[in-house]
Amino acid sequence: MTMAVTKLRVEDKLYHNRYLVDPGRPHIKVRPHEKPSPNLLALTRVCPAKCYELNDAGQVEITPDGCMECGTCRILCEASGEIEWNYPRGGFGVLFKFG
Amino acid sequence: MIEEEFDAIVIGAGMSGNAAAYTMASQGLKVLQLERGEYPGSKNVQGAIMYANMLEKIIPDFRDDAPLERHLVEQRLWVMDDTSHTGIHHRSDHFNEAKPNRYTIIRAQFDKWFSRKVREAGATVLCETTVTELVRDGRDRVIGVRTDRTGGIIGADVVVLAEGVCGLLGTRAGLRSMPKPETVALAVKEMHFLPEEVIEQRFGLNGDEGCVIEAVGTISRGMAGLGFLYTNKESISLGVGCLVSDFAAAMESPYALLDAFKNHPSIRPLIAGSEVKEYAAHLIPEGGYKAIPQLFGDGWVLVGDAAQLNNAVHREGSNLAMTSGRIAAEAIVQLKRRSHPMTKRNLSLYKIMLDNSFVVKDLRKYKDMPALLHTNSCNFFTTYPQLLSKAAQNFLRVDGTPKIDKEKATTAAFVKARSRWGLVSDAVRLACAWR
Ligand SMILES: Cc1cc2nc3c(=O)[nH]c(=O)nc-3n(C[C@H](O)[C@H](O)[C@H](O)COP(=O)(O)OP(=O)(O)OC[C@H]3O[C@@H](n4cnc5c(N)ncnc54)[C@H](O)[C@@H]3O)c2cc1C
Ligand code: SF4
Repeated sequence: MTMAVTKLRVEDKLYHNRYLVDPGRPHIKVRPHEKPSPNLLALTRVCPAKCYELNDAGQVEITPDGCMECGTCRILCEASGEIEWNYPRGGFGVLFKFG
Repeated sequence: MIEEEFDAIVIGAGMSGNAAAYTMASQGLKVLQLERGEYPGSKNVQGAIMYANMLEKIIPDFRDDAPLERHLVEQRLWVMDDTSHTGIHHRSDHFNEAKPNRYTIIRAQFDKWFSRKVREAGATVLCETTVTELVRDGRDRVIGVRTDRTGGIIGADVVVLAEGVCGLLGTRAGLRSMPKPETVALAVKEMHFLPEEVIEQRFGLNGDEGCVIEAVGTISRGMAGLGFLYTNKESISLGVGCLVSDFAAAMESPYALLDAFKNHPSIRPLIAGSEVKEYAAHLIPEGGYKAIPQLFGDGWVLVGDAAQLNNAVHREGSNLAMTSGRIAAEAIVQLKRRSHPMTKRNLSLYKIMLDNSFVVKDLRKYKDMPALLHTNSCNFFTTYPQLLSKAAQNFLRVDGTPKIDKEKATTAAFVKARSRWGLVSDAVRLACAWR
């Protein structure tokens, strides 16, 4: 229940932002895994745009559309190879009006 | 094949990149600046307090047309528990001077202005262009870059890496290691809009006067972190940030922290009735002096957040970014004038000049602070704020208890929570880290 409420709130927040999504070219990918490491699991809570979620099989999936390119997930999970992280192509991604 | 040659390529159009590009272009160098955002500032987040002195050194008459919000006349430092704040406030009419010292700004607008100045100084600025690779020759010297626009190499005598805290290029090229989770904070922030008069009434401000609040305490739920609230002309920026390592260990959600901060009884009335227009997130380098990586090499220099040049104790970053960008550019201009090549040895001039500036001197002063706050976060961010709140209430509430008993109770509460030895050792360690 609390999860659903939190999710709603983040979406409400992201709704204020401007994005230019690059269709079919996600800039972050999660490596297929059986069971997520503690850091990967933590991303389901720590990502400020709530891009990471657990699926029914207990694996972590990403939908990077609301990503604000903060880099937190890269700091936590790139070195271990669990995620692949790149900037979106020039001009795409989040467009802060104020910043 | 090299498509075009420049004296210098600057990667990034944030504070450090704009300072570097402006300084070099205005001294006649042929400069190319590359920015991945649609416009400069579209990827950048700041509180934001801008320190005038460091911008004056680059653009002395910036006050004529820079988009400035409010000049600061009041600073409030709050220690909060869940229902209270105890604070030190400083407000002075001396801050109402002809050339004020600190302003609030809105980064996306400010970066656009700064970038216009860079173009006017003669640099070529290309936005919507992500640099994808640093190109090196057989002797490992950086000789240019590749971008996601064209396949070819754009060449330069020197590349200024002003790529910000994430610093993908430099870390991937092996020029430095990736920031560790305990040396970066994640901050989330919202922009709340209110009529100008309402902001002025709520904070007791006249005209362009501004007030900022910085807060520590239970709002960071035991993590090393901070909340802030800054007044702009017609908006309030407010946010919270904590170390990434703490967020991951505690599995806390930054937006939950932000919402709790907004709903705190001391904050809620200040933003009541506002319209939220943006939610942003960004990292802040917090590793301090000990986290500064190698700053120069054959054909490259590193400036700003990418170099971890951020003073977490004083919440200064943009001024260190601007200053390091300016100093790197001045070193490059000097070498160019003497026709010296941009070798590692020659570019060490930048490091020498930076070591002599406030940037490195300030960071060195607080070199032990990040480790102290990291290892002791629960005491500094939860236990002491709660004790302070209780002590203040005990002091103020008039209920017939003799004052001597009240004082004894306060002392006992501190000793119970941390033990005498714990109190002394915290005080000594804090004093040493501050020195
Ligand atoms: C919430 C928050 C509050 C803050 N408050 C304050 C404050 O009140 N006062 C203060 O002084 N400092 C503050 N700071 C710190 C300050 O924002 C930074 O220190 C400053 O922005 C650093 O400037 P920079 O130029 O090094 O990096 P940035 O401003 O991050 O600029 C880096 C630029 O490089 C571009 N870039 C990166 N990689 C590439 C690539 N491969 N190709 C092309 N372009 C690229 C990015 O798009 C970006 O424009 C705050 C930071 C945050 C997050
Ligand atoms: S970069 Fe930041 S916002 Fe984007 S997915 Fe990673 S943690 Fe989330």
